[in-house]
Amino acid sequence: MDAERGNVGGPLLDVRGLTKIFGSLRACDGVDLKINRGEIHALLGENGAGKSTFVKMLFGSLEPYSGEIWWKGEKVRIASPGEARRLGIGMVFQHFSLFDALTAAENIALSLDDGSPIGTIAAKAKALSYSYGLPLDPYSLVGDLSVGERQRIEIIRCLLQTPDLIILDEPTSVLTPQEADKLFETLERLRSEGKSILYISHRLEEVKRMCDGATVLRHGKVVGHCDPRQETASSLARMMVGSEVNAVTRPPVDARVDHSPLLEIRALSRKAATPFAVPLRAIDLSVKAGEVVGIAGVAGNGQGEFFEAISGEVRQEDAGSVRISGKDAGHLSISKRRLLGAAFVPEERLGHGAAPLMPLSENLLLSRFATDGKAFLGPLGTIRTATIESASERIIKHMDVRMSGKDPEAAALSGGNLQKFIVGRELDRQPSVMVVNQPTWGVDAGAAARIRQALIELARAGSAVLVISQDLDELFEISDFIAVMHNGTMSAPLPIADATFEKIGLLMGGASPEEGHPVGEAA
Amino acid sequence: MDIAEAILTTVATASTPLLIAATGELVVERSGVLNLGVEGMMLMGAVSGFAVTALTGYPWLGVLAAVIVGAVYSLLFGFLTLTLVTNQVATGLALTLLGVGLSGLIGVPFVGHPGIQMTSLYIPGLTGLPYVGKLLFGEDPLFYLSIVLVIGVSWFLFGTRAGLTLRSVGDNHGSAHALGIPVIRIRYLAVMFGGACAGLAGAQLSIVYTPQWVENMTAGRGWIALALVVFASWRPWRVFAGAYLFGLLTIAELNIQAVDLSTLHQLPGAVYDLLALIKAIPSQFLSSIPYLATVVVLVVISRNRRLTMMNTPASLGRAFVPDR
Repeated sequence: MDAERGNVGGPLLDVRGLTKIFGSLRACDGVDLKINRGEIHALLGENGAGKSTFVKMLFGSLEPYSGEIWWKGEKVRIASPGEARRLGIGMVFQHFSLFDALTAAENIALSLDDGSPIGTIAAKAKALSYSYGLPLDPYSLVGDLSVGERQRIEIIRCLLQTPDLIILDEPTSVLTPQEADKLFETLERLRSEGKSILYISHRLEEVKRMCDGATVLRHGKVVGHCDPRQETASSLARMMVGSEVNAVTRPPVDARVDHSPLLEIRALSRKAATPFAVPLRAIDLSVKAGEVVGIAGVAGNGQGEFFEAISGEVRQEDAGSVRISGKDAGHLSISKRRLLGAAFVPEERLGHGAAPLMPLSENLLLSRFATDGKAFLGPLGTIRTATIESASERIIKHMDVRMSGKDPEAAALSGGNLQKFIVGRELDRQPSVMVVNQPTWGVDAGAAARIRQALIELARAGSAVLVISQDLDELFEISDFIAVMHNGTMSAPLPIADATFEKIGLLMGGASPEEGHPVGEAA
Repeated sequence: MDIAEAILTTVATASTPLLIAATGELVVERSGVLNLGVEGMMLMGAVSGFAVTALTGYPWLGVLAAVIVGAVYSLLFGFLTLTLVTNQVATGLALTLLGVGLSGLIGVPFVGHPGIQMTSLYIPGLTGLPYVGKLLFGEDPLFYLSIVLVIGVSWFLFGTRAGLTLRSVGDNHGSAHALGIPVIRIRYLAVMFGGACAGLAGAQLSIVYTPQWVENMTAGRGWIALALVVFASWRPWRVFAGAYLFGLLTIAELNIQAVDLSTLHQLPGAVYDLLALIKAIPSQFLSSIPYLATVVVLVVISRNRRLTMMNTPASLGRAFVPDR
């Protein structure tokens, strides 16, 4: 507290030349950053730019290789998260650091270093949560809560430590637009209370709206400090990416072509397989040739279960609940569904989309041996290595997959490059039905634009494309219709011309747009 | 009444090692570590407890030695799985195999050596009470220790901040690390506690139950203790109930084989028939009941997945490498 008196005018946090090296990768390379009291400071950058590494060093979970951290005018060494908390640095994690099997209060207690009993902590957490308008039941089990509620626990846990600096790592990536607005209100209030916030995001609009200053990282280096209010979204994007990002174009649907439904889902229901899974409740949807239909929704509202049911990872009891190219497919295996002309890109790249320790060419064969058996397999099922390798190279070239060495293991590629390969592998077949879950999750802006454009082109060439995504901007960019999943139900698809962020946001929160307010208490 | 009292006292003696070893393993598994080396650690405890007792003449010193040897021996497992991040299942099995061999080697001079039995308690005025006296107040000291252990572990896990921290490490070691909880250190302590308990359980066998050293004298009790933890779905009081159930089965198996039916004609017909029926069951079947019961329990609890997930440590058996 002495330091506070001696350092009223200076910055709260002054980071100089912070560097972290993993193997041969300089994840953070001489990063400088200053945050004043009562400032919301944005840390911008693409995936893999070093943002998370940087804040982990500030929070003591990673040890810097070199560089200095000055806190309230004094040089400090932050050796552990406990140390960071004692200094007054709090953190809200991107992939929450919560424990499913424990209650909210127990989760909060674990990061408080005093020994007060759980009952006291629960009462304090409840009072604080209501005073910030983020109601929380301290005795609920985290495993039963929605993502938004989990974030509330993280925020309340952070605030109970009365920090001077709060680090938020991509906080809105899991929220509905309305939940995000609520979060922004909370942040405004914290700023007015004199707290500083380090806000990590790649969403430029919200940074422009809220932040007083910004630091932009690219490949681990600071490429600039700026005042986001003075910049445009595209000038910020240019700083982040380092080059102009091509805008995705969406030509109108050709009215002359036959638009028969190629993917039909009729009264699709499924029981919850695990206590934390979501049951599907009588979903109806049809995707016509030439169209892109987008499925919006907050993570964990049944999108994963829905995808599994369509792809055949889990078969349906009712054969007619999933129809591909006019044929009942509910009982069919993934390969049989592929033979009907469908292609699938699951959310998890490693483990579902690709076998991590197998080279790309083998991964190509694994997903297409059924549909392209004639080309890829010789007599007695021997593998035609040369054909597969040339097909693999064709995909790599078409999707501009960057990699080191020839035919590397899937796990050796960065997330974005592997995703380009997986999407390219399916597009290469010219499928008549394409179902993609989270097409650009964790993919940098340039690659994302490429994948989105490819999906639109596939649809316009006469295929039915279904895209499940949590990124609303993406869905508005590529979809002709948007439907919303909430708690295992599917809303009626809205034509893109009628869809607004507000309408979709309300549906994501479980309200119908006509009512204009959420059904029941925001769960 | 005397026979019933004697049998019940034996049940307590037979259940105590299961209870102690399983309670220790429960703490280990609650921290997210699966140590399959319980059998080996018990044998190490049994041989060192017997040896020290035989050499010094003091059973208590033997018990203390067994606890220390168990903890130190488990430290080997901790070093391999936590520091060197070896596979926990394979390392645990190796620990058992090594324990069988090493205890046999150490125990060579003590085979056939007369042992000293730890005496049971005698509390004037209480132990003499009819019916319950010997049962409740005349057991060996390790019986009381085992009861204190269950109460203590239950209170520690669900009533203290330290216990909450331990459970959090078992639930999600990544989150725990992100919050600055020392995952590896907590797991080391848990593994050593489990080792100490297994050592104590082994000492109970060689100092209290049958005061002698016989190679491989645990006879699979370590495996029953492991099954017991799952059977109890990682709750201390269910471990207690399970240990006594399995202990009862062991004693029933032994005694029923020994019963000579021809001397029991004076018994009521129904009881006689029941005994005859049980006697007809092969003893191998009775010894397999703990494992069968564990399988049945696993099937039953898996029907209620939510409860299972609340109690099962989600990080169980998963390797953890902190990034620094």
